[in-house]
Amino acid sequence: MLNDKGRPTRPEAADEAPATASTFTGNRALDVEEALIFEIGRAEVTGVDLPTPKGAKSRLGAHARTTPIALPGLAEPEAVRHYVRLSRKNYSIDAGLYPLGSCTMKHNPRLNEKMARLPGFADVHPLQPTGTVEGALEVIADVGRWLIELTGMAACAMSPKAGAHGELAGMMAIKAALSARGSSKPVVLVPESAHGTNPATAALIGFEVKSVPARADGTVAAADVKAAIDDRVGAIMLTNPNTCGIFEPEVAEIAAAIHDAGGYFYADGANFNAIVGKVRPGDFGVDAMHINLHKTFSTPHGGGGPGAGPVVLSERLAAFAPLPFVRIEAGRPVLVEDPSQTRAGETPYGRLAAFHGQMGMFTRALAYMLSHGADGLRQASEDAVLSANYVRASLQDLMTVAFPDHPSMHEVLFDDRFLEGTGVTTLDFAKAMIDEGYHPMTMYFPLVVHGAMLIEPTESESKASLDLFVATLRDLVMGAKAGDAARFTQAPRFSPRRRLDETRAARAPKLKWEKPVAAE
Amino acid sequence: MKLYTKDHEWIAIDGDVATVGITTYAQEQLGDVVFVELPDVGKQLSKGGEAAVVESVKAASEVYAPLDGEVVEANAKLADDPGLVNLEPETGGWFVKMKLPAGTDTSELMDEAAYEAFVQTL
Amino acid sequence: MRYLPLTESDRAEMLARIGVDTVDALYSDVPADELLDHLLDLPKAKGEMEVERIMGRMAAKNLTASAAPFFCGAGAYKHHVPATVDHLIQRSEFLTSYTPYQPEITQGTLQVLFEFQTQVANLTGMEVANASMYDGSTGAGEAVLMAHRVTKRRKAVVSGGLHPHYAEVIATLSAMASDEVARLAPNVGGDEDLLSAIDATTSCVVVQSPDVFGRIVDLKPIADAAHAVGALLIAVVTEVISLGAIEPPGARGADIVVCEGQSLGNPLGFGGPYVGLFAARSKYVRQMPGRLCGETVDAEGKRGFVLTLSTREQHIRREKATSNICTNAGLCATAFSIHLTLLGEAGLSRLAALNHEAACEVADALANLPGVEVLNDTFFNEFTVKLPVNAARLVEKLAKEEGILAGVPVSRLLPEAGLDDLLLVAVTECSTADDRAALVAAISEAL
Repeated sequence: MLNDKGRPTRPEAADEAPATASTFTGNRALDVEEALIFEIGRAEVTGVDLPTPKGAKSRLGAHARTTPIALPGLAEPEAVRHYVRLSRKNYSIDAGLYPLGSCTMKHNPRLNEKMARLPGFADVHPLQPTGTVEGALEVIADVGRWLIELTGMAACAMSPKAGAHGELAGMMAIKAALSARGSSKPVVLVPESAHGTNPATAALIGFEVKSVPARADGTVAAADVKAAIDDRVGAIMLTNPNTCGIFEPEVAEIAAAIHDAGGYFYADGANFNAIVGKVRPGDFGVDAMHINLHKTFSTPHGGGGPGAGPVVLSERLAAFAPLPFVRIEAGRPVLVEDPSQTRAGETPYGRLAAFHGQMGMFTRALAYMLSHGADGLRQASEDAVLSANYVRASLQDLMTVAFPDHPSMHEVLFDDRFLEGTGVTTLDFAKAMIDEGYHPMTMYFPLVVHGAMLIEPTESESKASLDLFVATLRDLVMGAKAGDAARFTQAPRFSPRRRLDETRAARAPKLKWEKPVAAE
Repeated sequence: MKLYTKDHEWIAIDGDVATVGITTYAQEQLGDVVFVELPDVGKQLSKGGEAAVVESVKAASEVYAPLDGEVVEANAKLADDPGLVNLEPETGGWFVKMKLPAGTDTSELMDEAAYEAFVQTL
Repeated sequence: MRYLPLTESDRAEMLARIGVDTVDALYSDVPADELLDHLLDLPKAKGEMEVERIMGRMAAKNLTASAAPFFCGAGAYKHHVPATVDHLIQRSEFLTSYTPYQPEITQGTLQVLFEFQTQVANLTGMEVANASMYDGSTGAGEAVLMAHRVTKRRKAVVSGGLHPHYAEVIATLSAMASDEVARLAPNVGGDEDLLSAIDATTSCVVVQSPDVFGRIVDLKPIADAAHAVGALLIAVVTEVISLGAIEPPGARGADIVVCEGQSLGNPLGFGGPYVGLFAARSKYVRQMPGRLCGETVDAEGKRGFVLTLSTREQHIRREKATSNICTNAGLCATAFSIHLTLLGEAGLSRLAALNHEAACEVADALANLPGVEVLNDTFFNEFTVKLPVNAARLVEKLAKEEGILAGVPVSRLLPEAGLDDLLLVAVTECSTADDRAALVAAISEAL
């Protein structure tokens, strides 16, 4: 089938003289051009003082390196300047509202960073005798306990390293449970509105993916799920609240239907931050759900990871939890990391990663949980939902809410009908937000909506911040409708780079720096 | 004779060899094409089966065989210059040539007028 | 609550604009009987001081690597990380930025990733590297899947020198995907017959060097044997600093190289987060998992960077994607890259030499103890000793009585293998001469 999700990926030539033309350096005040380390570094320079080796006899055998590596070095002041200059070309949640729907860019408390850096957590080895790391094991057990209580589930596997890895962990538990029953149910139902990781995860471990349509109101109908269920269906993967920012009203019925058919309910927990302390996934029939600690529990996104994706499991799946896990015995944590250490009723399906999971993320998440408490976590969810609905109420007369029949949860989805006839696309609109000092919202996701714009303000914004954001978007919409297309199609104009030529990057990939051939 | 499918492929039949590509409309929808994965010469294609993959920066689409047949040539130029699919979709940007078995039924394919009418409905 | 800026009057005004009386009205799609009417059974909110006290108490229960003569390795290594690294990665713009989806305002992250990819490719001797994986072990699992896609075969041959956790990750993933794994017995003696396990159904051979027992493996004959039957060689490195001293896998015929990059820039951290390095020959780039950053130009013709070749990825290909991965280990990769930039080639070579020298010193001293045997003919900064006693019990005893973390007993990784007398000892630049002498004396004493 023709995929019609294409959009311009090669910018029009800029129609204005470059604003840098007037400086000798090409710099623009605080925005300084910075070359690559390979262009400024030198192989003989180092920013680390180390003692001179004594030159003892080598035990490297015939394997000693003979070829140069081609690694540049920078002295410490050069390195600091290089990375500080680069950092200034990035947008960040610390610097402004970051309304990326589904990504949950909330404030990252610095206390969490401080706790993660306590030597007792940061400077311990994963294979030290367990008697020397009981405090670390307690952290793992505690985070698991919080997640179990918040979700109403039976167990929590802590080792998955990211959301998608948690999905894999959960779907593996389902597969293990199915095969333990001797059941061959190779099909997984995935709604069209699902994030791409869901079908990718299911396919990775050999499930066949069968699509379930989304209704015109942005939700999944229990009737459609029931119609899709046959004796080959072993599971459904459903995001709730869903990718359109709506709590699935028929979720309990959907869960019952899949359970009646002998299957399992995998919930994508990407949007758990809307419902913490308000409703428990265990109460609406979930069997497995990953939790993105980097979303709901504010561990920093770090420019694309590291994340952490513990997966909570229902009574029906708990026995299959992967190794390693921490068991509490007589009030003390016991690490189980090998099948030989398991007890009756523990049938782990294997191991997902070396060692014990993203400890550095657990300490941050625990600091966040302890800081908020049960009361603060619930308030955070309510404020996130309140803020999203406030943005929606403040924009719905000018922008088109994709699914007006349902209240939004923590994010509001608009489509591009309001831009019809303006010559401005979702992409242009997003880029114009950059010029106004905002990171754009998530765009063109979910795919079930044309020109999707998914806005998630989070609970971290003050009302004044939300009001300015709303006023900015209103002005942009008026501008688009008034025919000021250049404000959009030429945007962004004030960022460190203008629109990038993605076509060129993909047609002739240049994925590392190559020494230029000397121009003679 | 040039024929079309609802999957936006064109098929030019010359004797027992059909040249297959994607239509002008299809490449406009995809955006800038950056990569085309083509089948090996000699591969037997069956109607409706995957014949090629065409990728733009943000999208990937399977191209299905419009008819049964054996691949006799794949367009080598697309490896270095996938942009040909955008520049000359219905000429230089062809994907594969396939040899059709005798008695191939093309009655399910559309002629140009029918395809244009079909595109109008989208 | 200090992290929540809205006041009660703000909330009231916002509800009024929305046109509802309570926030619960916005949860109207939740079945009424499932909406919680009470707080969950968890502690209430706490101030900073209290959180610090609670977590400080937990941290204080752990014996830290810096507080002890320390010789643990087996895939996680204690190295000195310059203060600059941790300062720079705590810059808001690195720490609190998302995946660089809007390249115009994320050139900082993107340029760092481009530099990182180049460093990794050069270090491993490969043509192309991605923007990082979760860690080395998951990278190894992904490498096997990639080899299956490239060769269209589904059997991996796994050396008995591969870190057991890595082998278990591969085995778990393969079992779930109904792929075959031929895992050789622990290669304690360095004499495993890997070549005869390779046949025409083999997709890939997974070999670690230095292996989990510390021995440096000659990859070339294995690469040749794999290539002769159309299989790929996946080389695994768990101590990336070794690449400062030994020939890179790329120069010895590897098709895919997977490394644990923790040693550069990242703390031990009880096992994570770490950073996986993933490099390959460029002809396989479209089968690679993970993010890739590429160079291009902007509308004014200036050099810039973007994420590219994303049609491999799950958000476009869904069930046909090369992997379900949708992140990298961005900040850990940044730390890795900064540390390596500070070291430079000269610094890395020196650091590697210091590690090797310190390890040689300890190996020689231990070999002189009666009843102790060093099993390695070659090693970098970690080696295996055979003891006349149970290694795990010795390690426990030295930790408890002497405050020395003497290494990782092999039985910790392979409890059922009958290798209870083997101890892995890793020696890095962080150990002092006193630490090293203390270890040797304590072991000598305990025997």
